[in-house]
Amino acid sequence: MSGYLDAAAALPLSPAARNALLAAVEDGWADPATLYGQGRRARLLLEGAREAVAGVVGARPDEVSFAPSGTQAAHLGVLGALAGRAVTGSHVVHSTIEHSCVLAAVAHAGVEATPVGVDRLGRVDEAAFAAALRRDTALACLISASHEVGTLQPVEAVAARCAEAGVPLLVDAAQTVGRMPVPSGWSALTASAHKWGGPPGVGLLAVRTGTRWRSPLPADEREGGRVPGAPGLPQILSAAVGLQAAAAEAEAEDRRLRPLVDRLRERIAAVVADVEVVGDPGRRLPHLMTFSCLYVDGESLVRALDGAGFAVSSGSSCSASTLEPSHVLAAMGVLTHGNVRLSLHRGTTEAEVERFLSVLPRLVEDLRRDAGVVGL
Amino acid sequence: MTGRPASGDAPTPTVVLDCRGRPCPVPVIELARALPGVPVGEVVQVLSDDPAARLDFPAWCRMRSQDYLGENPDGTFSIRRLT
Repeated sequence: MSGYLDAAAALPLSPAARNALLAAVEDGWADPATLYGQGRRARLLLEGAREAVAGVVGARPDEVSFAPSGTQAAHLGVLGALAGRAVTGSHVVHSTIEHSCVLAAVAHAGVEATPVGVDRLGRVDEAAFAAALRRDTALACLISASHEVGTLQPVEAVAARCAEAGVPLLVDAAQTVGRMPVPSGWSALTASAHKWGGPPGVGLLAVRTGTRWRSPLPADEREGGRVPGAPGLPQILSAAVGLQAAAAEAEAEDRRLRPLVDRLRERIAAVVADVEVVGDPGRRLPHLMTFSCLYVDGESLVRALDGAGFAVSSGSSCSASTLEPSHVLAAMGVLTHGNVRLSLHRGTTEAEVERFLSVLPRLVEDLRRDAGVVGL
Repeated sequence: MTGRPASGDAPTPTVVLDCRGRPCPVPVIELARALPGVPVGEVVQVLSDDPAARLDFPAWCRMRSQDYLGENPDGTFSIRRLT
C-alpha cells in the first residue's frame, strides 16, 4: 500500500477487520431474523457487533443501526429526522462544508435550508450557526471535521445551542469515528466503515432515544425499523471488529501521524513556490492536509503524482468531467485550482512522507514550465 | 485587447480579457499574464464562464495583493492593479 495517501476516501482493511471478515463469511452468513439455530447464531453475532460499535461511539446498542453505506446512513438520518419533525416545520440549518451526501439529502427533501458559512480556515462560527436556528427549524447538520481540509468543527458548542433551541443535531462523523473521541450532544450520528479500516458496504446510523425520527422508506423490523432489508452481516462483523481495533490504536496513531502532517504542511509551504496550505493548522484531523498550487491544473497534478507512485485526491475541477470545483474550498474562499488532499493512515511511513516531499516540487515545477507560467 | 468600454456598471477597464470557454486555471493565468501591461491603479475586466475562475479571481488577488473589485452585473469580473 506504499504511496496510498487517500485514507479519507477509503482505507485498506485493517488486519483485525480482515480476519473478522474471513471468519464471518464462515460463521455469519445466516439471516439474523430467522428462528432456527443458524439464525440465532447470526442474531447473536449481529447484536454483539452493535454493542461493540455502540460502545465506541457512546450510544446505547438500540440506538445503533447499520446501513449499506455512510452515504445512505446520512440520507436516512436527514430524511428520517425531517419526517419525524414534520409537525414542527421543515427548515434545515447546515454548514456550507457538509459532505455532498448530506447536502443531497436536504436538496432531495425539497425543504428550505439556511447554509452557515465558514471562515478562511474552514471553521463554522458557533454563534452564527445558533443565530440561523428558527422556531420552525426541524433539523441542524454539522460535519465533525471537514473531509476535504481537515478542520475540526465546534460540534459540542453547536450541539448545546441546538439543545437550547430544541432542534436535533445530525453529526456526520465519517472522518472522526475510530480516530478521535466522538463529541457529545448529537441527536443523530453517521459514519462509514471503510474510512476506519472496515470493509466498504457498511454505514453507521445512530439515533438518540427521544429524537423524533420516522423512516422515509417502507420500514420493516430490521435495524430498529430504521434500515429496511437483510443487513450484510459478514461486513458488519468485520466493521465492528475494525472499529474496536481503530479506536484502540487511535491515540498512538494520532501521536504518530500528527507530526507527519505538521511536517507536510510546513515543508510544502516552504519548498513549493506559490502554494497555499489550507485548513486549520491546529484544530484539525490528525491525518489529513490540503494544499493548492497557483497556475497548476489539479487533475494534471493528480496524474503526475500517480505516475510517481502516489494516490491522492483533488478538489479542483480543471477537467470536463467535473465542472464545479469543491464547494468546501469555495466556501473557505481559497484557491480551488491546483488542489491536492493528502490523507495518511496506519500504513503510512515517515520515509513515504519524505519521498513525497522530495518529488512534489519538481512535479509542480514541470507542470508550470509546460504551461508556460513560470515567473508569473 | 485594450480600450473597449465596459458594459453595465463595471468600472471602466484599461484591459479586457476574453477567457470564455477556457477551463481553470487558464483564466487566472491569463489575468496574471495581462497584469504587467496594466498601469498601477487601472482596471482589468475578465470575461469568463468557468465556475472555478469565479472563485479563483478573488483568491488570486489576495495571494498577489491586488484589488478584486468583484463580479459585474453583466457577469464579467473586475480587478484593479495595486502593485
